[in-house]
Amino acid sequence: MGWMEATVQGGISDQTRWMLAVRDAGDRNAFALLFGFYAPRVKAMAMRMGAPAAAAEDLAQDVMLRAWQSRAQFDPSRASASAWIYGIARNRRIDVARRAPATLPEQIAAEPGPGEAADAIALGQEVVRLRQALRMLPAAQREMVERAYLGGLTHQEISRQTSLPVGTVKSRIRLAIDRLRYELRELRT
Amino acid sequence: MMNPTQHVPEPMLAALVAGTLPYPFAMVVATHVSLCDECRAHLEAHQIVGGLVLDDLEPIDLAPGARVRTVAALDSLPPTSPGRSGDADYPAPISNLVGSGGPRWRSLGFGARQAILWTAAAGSLRLLSIPAGRPVPEHSHGGLELTLVLAGAFTDETGAFHAGDVEVADETLDHTPRATDDGPCLCVAATDAPLHFRAMLPRLLQPLFRI
Repeated sequence: MGWMEATVQGGISDQTRWMLAVRDAGDRNAFALLFGFYAPRVKAMAMRMGAPAAAAEDLAQDVMLRAWQSRAQFDPSRASASAWIYGIARNRRIDVARRAPATLPEQIAAEPGPGEAADAIALGQEVVRLRQALRMLPAAQREMVERAYLGGLTHQEISRQTSLPVGTVKSRIRLAIDRLRYELRELRT
Repeated sequence: MMNPTQHVPEPMLAALVAGTLPYPFAMVVATHVSLCDECRAHLEAHQIVGGLVLDDLEPIDLAPGARVRTVAALDSLPPTSPGRSGDADYPAPISNLVGSGGPRWRSLGFGARQAILWTAAAGSLRLLSIPAGRPVPEHSHGGLELTLVLAGAFTDETGAFHAGDVEVADETLDHTPRATDDGPCLCVAATDAPLHFRAMLPRLLQPLFRI
Protein backbone atom coordinates (compact mmCIF):
# COMPACT_ATOMS: atom_id res chain seq x y z
CA MET A 1 0.00 0.00 0.00
CA GLY A 2 1.34 3.44 -0.90
CA TRP A 3 1.35 6.62 1.15
CA MET A 4 -1.62 8.17 -0.69
CA GLU A 5 -3.95 5.39 0.44
CA ALA A 6 -2.47 5.64 3.89
CA THR A 7 -3.47 9.28 4.12
CA VAL A 8 -6.97 8.59 2.82
CA GLN A 9 -7.38 5.95 5.52
CA GLY A 10 -6.54 8.58 8.09
CA GLY A 11 -3.99 6.44 9.91
CA ILE A 12 -1.12 8.86 9.35
CA SER A 13 -0.96 12.31 10.94
CA ASP A 14 -0.15 15.41 8.87
CA GLN A 15 3.13 15.79 10.75
CA THR A 16 4.20 12.24 9.98
CA ARG A 17 3.33 12.78 6.31
CA TRP A 18 5.46 15.96 6.26
CA MET A 19 8.31 14.07 7.89
CA LEU A 20 8.07 11.37 5.23
CA ALA A 21 8.19 14.02 2.49
CA VAL A 22 11.34 15.36 4.14
CA ARG A 23 12.86 11.90 4.42
CA ASP A 24 11.97 10.60 0.95
CA ALA A 25 12.19 13.78 -1.17
CA GLY A 26 14.11 16.34 0.89
CA ASP A 27 10.98 18.47 0.72
CA ARG A 28 11.74 21.96 2.14
CA ASN A 29 8.14 23.09 2.20
CA ALA A 30 7.27 20.07 4.30
CA PHE A 31 10.22 20.93 6.56
CA ALA A 32 8.91 24.49 6.96
CA LEU A 33 5.51 23.06 7.99
CA LEU A 34 7.21 20.78 10.52
CA PHE A 35 9.17 23.75 11.84
CA GLY A 36 5.97 25.78 12.23
CA PHE A 37 4.37 23.02 14.27
CA TYR A 38 7.24 21.66 16.33
CA ALA A 39 9.74 24.48 16.95
CA PRO A 40 7.33 26.46 19.21
CA ARG A 41 6.45 23.25 21.07
CA VAL A 42 10.09 22.22 21.55
CA LYS A 43 10.76 25.75 22.80
CA ALA A 44 7.88 25.36 25.27
CA MET A 45 9.22 21.95 26.33
CA ALA A 46 12.71 23.36 26.97
CA MET A 47 11.29 26.26 28.98
CA ARG A 48 9.14 23.90 31.04
CA MET A 49 12.38 22.05 31.82
CA GLY A 50 13.93 25.27 33.09
CA ALA A 51 15.79 26.70 30.09
CA PRO A 52 15.76 30.51 29.64
CA ALA A 53 13.81 31.71 26.59
CA ALA A 54 16.90 32.44 24.45
CA ALA A 55 18.46 29.02 25.13
CA ALA A 56 15.11 27.30 24.53
CA GLU A 57 14.81 29.07 21.18
CA ASP A 58 18.33 27.98 20.15
CA LEU A 59 17.57 24.42 21.20
CA ALA A 60 14.33 24.38 19.19
CA GLN A 61 16.15 25.45 16.02
CA ASP A 62 18.96 23.00 16.66
CA VAL A 63 16.46 20.16 17.14
CA MET A 64 14.80 20.97 13.81
CA LEU A 65 18.16 21.04 12.02
CA ARG A 66 18.98 17.63 13.50
CA ALA A 67 15.62 16.29 12.38
CA TRP A 68 16.57 17.29 8.82
CA GLN A 69 20.10 15.89 9.14
CA SER A 70 19.04 12.49 10.39
CA ARG A 71 15.86 12.29 8.30
CA ALA A 72 16.93 8.98 6.70
CA GLN A 73 16.58 7.31 10.11
CA PHE A 74 12.92 8.27 10.60
CA ASP A 75 10.81 5.10 10.76
CA PRO A 76 7.02 5.69 10.67
CA SER A 77 6.34 2.06 11.53
CA ARG A 78 7.89 2.62 14.97
CA ALA A 79 7.51 6.35 15.70
CA SER A 80 5.11 9.18 14.98
CA ALA A 81 6.81 12.40 13.87
CA SER A 82 6.03 13.78 17.34
CA ALA A 83 7.70 10.84 19.10
CA TRP A 84 10.74 11.25 16.87
CA ILE A 85 11.07 14.99 17.45
CA TYR A 86 10.50 14.44 21.19
CA GLY A 87 13.41 11.96 21.18
CA ILE A 88 15.74 14.37 19.36
CA ALA A 89 14.80 17.19 21.77
CA ARG A 90 15.50 14.96 24.77
CA ASN A 91 18.88 13.92 23.34
CA ARG A 92 19.92 17.49 22.56
CA ARG A 93 19.01 18.69 26.02
CA ILE A 94 21.15 15.93 27.57
CA ASP A 95 24.06 16.40 25.13
CA VAL A 96 24.22 20.08 26.01
CA ALA A 97 24.20 19.31 29.73
CA ARG A 98 26.88 16.62 29.88
CA ARG A 99 30.06 15.73 28.06
CA ALA A 100 30.04 11.94 28.08
CA PRO A 101 29.11 9.44 25.36
CA ALA A 102 25.35 9.46 24.70
CA THR A 103 23.10 6.84 26.26
CA LEU A 104 21.45 5.83 22.98
CA PRO A 105 20.64 2.23 22.09
CA GLU A 106 22.04 0.86 18.87
CA GLN A 107 19.75 1.86 15.98
CA ILE A 108 17.74 -0.49 13.82
CA ALA A 109 17.60 1.04 10.35
CA ALA A 110 14.28 2.04 8.81
CA GLU A 111 13.27 -0.03 5.75
CA PRO A 112 11.11 2.03 3.38
CA GLY A 113 8.75 -0.22 1.44
CA PRO A 114 5.29 -1.77 1.41
CA GLY A 115 5.75 -3.42 4.82
CA GLU A 116 6.66 -0.07 6.33
CA ALA A 117 3.52 1.67 5.01
CA ALA A 118 1.17 -0.99 6.38
CA ASP A 119 2.92 -0.96 9.77
CA ALA A 120 2.86 2.85 9.84
CA ILE A 121 -0.91 2.96 9.30
CA ALA A 122 -1.48 0.42 12.05
CA LEU A 123 0.78 2.40 14.40
CA GLY A 124 -0.97 5.65 13.48
CA GLN A 125 -4.32 4.17 14.52
CA GLU A 126 -2.89 3.02 17.84
CA VAL A 127 -1.45 6.49 18.45
CA VAL A 128 -4.89 8.03 17.91
CA ARG A 129 -6.34 5.64 20.50
CA LEU A 130 -3.56 6.38 22.95
CA ARG A 131 -4.13 10.11 22.53
CA GLN A 132 -7.82 9.63 23.37
CA ALA A 133 -6.92 7.54 26.43
CA LEU A 134 -4.48 10.21 27.58
CA ARG A 135 -7.02 13.00 27.19
CA MET A 136 -9.60 11.05 29.19
CA LEU A 137 -7.34 10.68 32.22
CA PRO A 138 -8.38 12.61 35.36
CA ALA A 139 -6.64 15.99 35.45
CA ALA A 140 -4.27 15.12 38.32
CA GLN A 141 -3.13 11.91 36.67
CA ARG A 142 -2.69 13.60 33.33
CA GLU A 143 -0.52 16.22 34.96
CA MET A 144 1.70 13.48 36.40
CA VAL A 145 2.09 11.98 32.93
CA GLU A 146 3.11 15.38 31.60
CA ARG A 147 5.59 15.90 34.41
CA ALA A 148 7.09 12.44 33.90
CA TYR A 149 7.72 12.94 30.17
CA LEU A 150 8.95 16.50 30.58
CA GLY A 151 11.72 15.33 32.88
CA GLY A 152 10.05 16.33 36.16
CA LEU A 153 10.05 12.92 37.86
CA THR A 154 12.85 10.54 38.88
CA HIS A 155 12.56 6.85 38.03
CA GLN A 156 11.62 6.16 41.68
CA GLU A 157 8.82 8.72 41.42
CA ILE A 158 7.68 7.25 38.08
CA SER A 159 7.53 3.79 39.67
CA ARG A 160 5.05 5.10 42.23
CA GLN A 161 2.66 6.18 39.46
CA THR A 162 0.17 3.82 37.91
CA SER A 163 1.54 2.55 34.64
CA LEU A 164 0.54 4.12 31.37
CA PRO A 165 -1.67 2.51 28.73
CA VAL A 166 1.22 1.84 26.34
CA GLY A 167 0.22 -1.83 25.83
CA THR A 168 -1.28 -1.88 22.35
CA VAL A 169 1.15 0.68 20.94
CA LYS A 170 3.96 -1.44 22.30
CA SER A 171 2.66 -4.57 20.53
CA ARG A 172 2.50 -2.66 17.23
CA ILE A 173 6.06 -1.43 17.57
CA ARG A 174 7.20 -4.93 18.50
CA LEU A 175 5.71 -6.27 15.25
CA ALA A 176 7.51 -3.57 13.23
CA ILE A 177 10.82 -4.43 14.91
CA ASP A 178 10.25 -8.12 14.15
CA ARG A 179 9.68 -7.24 10.50
CA LEU A 180 12.93 -5.27 10.34
CA ARG A 181 14.85 -8.09 12.02
CA TYR A 182 13.36 -10.55 9.53
CA GLU A 183 14.30 -8.40 6.53
CA LEU A 184 17.80 -7.98 7.92
CA ARG A 185 18.20 -11.77 8.12
CA GLU A 186 16.87 -12.17 4.57
CA LEU A 187 19.49 -9.68 3.34
CA ARG A 188 22.28 -11.64 4.97
CA THR A 189 21.30 -15.07 3.64
CA MET B 1 20.42 -11.16 18.65
CA MET B 2 20.02 -12.30 22.24
CA ASN B 3 16.83 -13.38 23.91
CA PRO B 4 17.00 -11.95 27.41
CA THR B 5 14.49 -13.18 29.98
CA GLN B 6 15.36 -10.82 32.84
CA HIS B 7 14.40 -7.30 31.83
CA VAL B 8 14.83 -3.73 32.93
CA PRO B 9 12.08 -2.39 35.24
CA GLU B 10 9.46 -0.44 33.30
CA PRO B 11 9.91 2.87 35.22
CA MET B 12 13.58 2.89 34.21
CA LEU B 13 12.62 2.67 30.53
CA ALA B 14 10.24 5.60 31.00
CA ALA B 15 12.93 7.57 32.85
CA LEU B 16 15.46 6.86 30.06
CA VAL B 17 12.94 8.21 27.55
CA ALA B 18 12.34 11.29 29.71
CA GLY B 19 16.07 11.82 30.17
CA THR B 20 15.98 11.58 33.97
CA LEU B 21 17.81 8.29 34.56
CA PRO B 22 21.22 8.80 36.25
CA TYR B 23 24.05 8.31 33.75
CA PRO B 24 25.42 4.89 34.84
CA PHE B 25 21.91 3.37 34.88
CA ALA B 26 21.02 5.02 31.57
CA MET B 27 24.08 3.36 30.00
CA VAL B 28 23.10 -0.10 31.27
CA VAL B 29 19.43 0.30 30.31
CA ALA B 30 20.30 1.58 26.80
CA THR B 31 22.74 -1.31 26.33
CA HIS B 32 20.07 -3.81 27.39
CA VAL B 33 17.67 -2.22 24.89
CA SER B 34 20.31 -2.72 22.18
CA LEU B 35 20.15 -6.46 22.96
CA CYS B 36 16.43 -6.84 23.75
CA ASP B 37 13.66 -6.18 21.20
CA GLU B 38 10.99 -6.52 23.89
CA CYS B 39 12.37 -3.60 25.91
CA ARG B 40 13.11 -1.64 22.73
CA ALA B 41 9.42 -1.85 21.82
CA HIS B 42 8.56 -0.68 25.33
CA LEU B 43 11.02 2.20 25.13
CA GLU B 44 9.66 3.34 21.77
CA ALA B 45 6.10 3.11 23.11
CA HIS B 46 7.08 5.51 25.91
CA GLN B 47 8.57 7.77 23.26
CA ILE B 48 5.16 7.82 21.54
CA VAL B 49 3.61 9.07 24.80
CA GLY B 50 6.36 11.69 24.99
CA GLY B 51 5.35 12.79 21.50
CA LEU B 52 1.71 13.09 22.57
CA VAL B 53 2.74 15.27 25.53
CA LEU B 54 4.81 17.43 23.16
CA ASP B 55 1.80 17.80 20.80
CA ASP B 56 -0.39 19.13 23.62
CA LEU B 57 2.05 21.74 24.95
CA GLU B 58 1.01 25.36 24.57
CA PRO B 59 3.34 26.58 21.75
CA ILE B 60 5.67 29.51 22.47
CA ASP B 61 6.49 31.50 19.33
CA LEU B 62 10.06 31.88 18.17
CA ALA B 63 11.51 35.23 17.09
CA PRO B 64 10.32 36.42 13.65
CA GLY B 65 12.55 35.03 10.91
CA ALA B 66 13.64 31.93 12.88
CA ARG B 67 11.96 29.61 10.42
CA VAL B 68 13.42 31.32 7.34
CA ARG B 69 16.91 31.32 8.85
CA THR B 70 16.66 27.64 9.77
CA VAL B 71 15.43 26.59 6.32
CA ALA B 72 18.28 28.62 4.77
CA ALA B 73 20.78 26.76 6.97
CA LEU B 74 19.75 23.33 5.64
CA ASP B 75 22.17 23.50 2.69
CA SER B 76 25.23 23.72 4.88
CA LEU B 77 24.37 20.56 6.85
CA PRO B 78 26.12 17.28 6.13
CA PRO B 79 23.77 14.29 6.56
CA THR B 80 24.52 12.14 9.60
CA SER B 81 24.63 8.40 9.76
CA PRO B 82 24.33 6.32 12.92
CA GLY B 83 28.02 5.52 12.78
CA ARG B 84 29.87 3.68 15.49
CA SER B 85 33.21 4.83 16.83
CA GLY B 86 33.83 2.68 19.89
CA ASP B 87 35.03 -0.88 20.45
CA ALA B 88 32.92 -3.15 18.21
CA ASP B 89 33.41 -6.05 20.65
CA TYR B 90 30.92 -4.31 22.96
CA PRO B 91 27.30 -3.41 22.22
CA ALA B 92 26.27 0.23 21.86
CA PRO B 93 26.30 2.52 23.71
CA ILE B 94 28.87 0.93 26.10
CA SER B 95 31.21 0.56 23.10
CA ASN B 96 31.64 4.34 23.02
CA LEU B 97 32.69 4.43 26.67
CA VAL B 98 35.11 1.53 26.19
CA GLY B 99 36.66 3.42 23.28
CA SER B 100 38.76 2.04 20.45
CA GLY B 101 41.68 1.08 22.72
CA GLY B 102 39.64 -1.49 24.68
CA PRO B 103 38.95 -1.51 28.43
CA ARG B 104 41.70 -0.77 30.98
CA TRP B 105 41.50 -3.88 33.14
CA ARG B 106 42.75 -4.05 36.71
CA SER B 107 43.01 -7.22 38.75
CA LEU B 108 40.67 -7.80 41.67
CA GLY B 109 42.52 -11.00 42.67
CA PHE B 110 41.71 -14.69 42.03
CA GLY B 111 41.51 -14.00 38.30
CA ALA B 112 38.65 -11.48 38.59
CA ARG B 113 39.14 -8.17 36.81
CA GLN B 114 37.35 -4.88 36.50
CA ALA B 115 37.61 -1.83 34.27
CA ILE B 116 36.04 1.41 35.46
CA LEU B 117 34.25 3.08 32.56
CA TRP B 118 32.82 6.09 34.39
CA THR B 119 32.83 7.31 37.95
CA ALA B 120 31.48 10.39 39.73
CA ALA B 121 29.79 11.32 42.97
CA ALA B 122 26.49 10.18 41.44
CA GLY B 123 27.71 6.60 40.97
CA SER B 124 29.89 4.44 38.80
CA LEU B 125 29.88 2.16 35.80
CA ARG B 126 32.34 -0.68 35.44
CA LEU B 127 33.04 -3.84 33.49
CA LEU B 128 33.53 -6.98 35.55
CA SER B 129 35.13 -10.18 34.35
CA ILE B 130 34.76 -13.21 36.65
CA PRO B 131 36.49 -16.53 35.89
CA ALA B 132 34.32 -19.63 35.42
CA GLY B 133 32.95 -20.94 38.71
CA ARG B 134 34.31 -18.02 40.78
CA PRO B 135 32.22 -15.65 42.93
CA VAL B 136 32.18 -11.89 42.67
CA PRO B 137 33.78 -10.66 45.94
CA GLU B 138 30.97 -10.65 48.52
CA HIS B 139 29.33 -7.28 48.91
CA SER B 140 26.17 -5.47 49.95
CA HIS B 141 24.79 -2.27 48.47
CA GLY B 142 24.55 1.25 49.76
CA GLY B 143 22.17 1.99 46.93
CA LEU B 144 20.86 0.52 43.71
CA GLU B 145 22.96 -1.74 41.48
CA LEU B 146 22.08 -2.75 37.92
CA THR B 147 24.12 -5.59 36.39
CA LEU B 148 23.87 -6.56 32.72
CA VAL B 149 25.47 -9.79 31.49
CA LEU B 150 27.39 -9.28 28.24
CA ALA B 151 28.83 -12.81 27.93
CA GLY B 152 28.72 -16.01 29.93
CA ALA B 153 26.32 -16.28 32.87
CA PHE B 154 26.11 -15.92 36.64
CA THR B 155 23.82 -17.23 39.32
CA ASP B 156 23.01 -15.97 42.81
CA GLU B 157 20.37 -16.42 45.51
CA THR B 158 17.73 -14.84 43.22
CA GLY B 159 18.26 -16.84 40.04
CA ALA B 160 20.31 -17.30 36.86
CA PHE B 161 21.37 -14.48 34.54
CA HIS B 162 22.50 -15.08 30.97
CA ALA B 163 23.79 -12.81 28.20
CA GLY B 164 21.45 -9.83 27.83
CA ASP B 165 19.82 -10.32 31.26
CA VAL B 166 19.71 -7.57 33.87
CA GLU B 167 19.76 -8.00 37.64
CA VAL B 168 18.40 -5.20 39.82
CA ALA B 169 19.77 -5.25 43.38
CA ASP B 170 19.16 -2.77 46.18
CA GLU B 171 20.41 -2.42 49.75
CA THR B 172 18.10 -5.18 50.95
CA LEU B 173 19.81 -7.81 48.76
CA ASP B 174 22.89 -9.43 50.26
CA HIS B 175 23.95 -11.77 47.48
CA THR B 176 26.92 -13.70 46.14
CA PRO B 177 26.85 -13.78 42.35
CA ARG B 178 28.99 -16.59 40.96
CA ALA B 179 30.04 -17.16 37.35
CA THR B 180 28.76 -20.48 36.02
CA ASP B 181 31.22 -23.28 35.28
CA ASP B 182 30.69 -22.93 31.50
CA GLY B 183 33.12 -20.04 31.11
CA PRO B 184 34.06 -16.57 32.30
CA CYS B 185 31.26 -14.07 32.90
CA LEU B 186 31.55 -10.53 31.52
CA CYS B 187 29.17 -7.96 33.01
CA VAL B 188 28.66 -4.25 33.08
CA ALA B 189 27.48 -2.94 36.44
CA ALA B 190 26.08 0.46 37.41
CA THR B 191 25.67 1.75 40.96
CA ASP B 192 24.48 5.02 42.43
CA ALA B 193 26.59 4.51 45.59
CA PRO B 194 29.97 2.95 46.41
CA LEU B 195 29.92 -0.82 47.01
CA HIS B 196 30.61 -2.15 50.51
CA PHE B 197 32.53 -5.36 50.85
CA ARG B 198 31.94 -7.43 53.95
CA ALA B 199 35.24 -9.23 54.18
CA MET B 200 37.92 -7.14 55.89
CA LEU B 201 40.59 -7.30 53.21
CA PRO B 202 38.41 -6.24 50.27
CA ARG B 203 37.06 -3.39 52.42
CA LEU B 204 40.61 -2.11 52.91
CA LEU B 205 41.24 -2.42 49.20
CA GLN B 206 38.13 -0.48 48.22
CA PRO B 207 39.78 2.94 47.91
CA LEU B 208 42.57 1.34 45.90
CA PHE B 209 40.23 -0.32 43.42
CA ARG B 210 37.70 2.49 43.46
CA ILE B 211 34.76 0.17 44.04
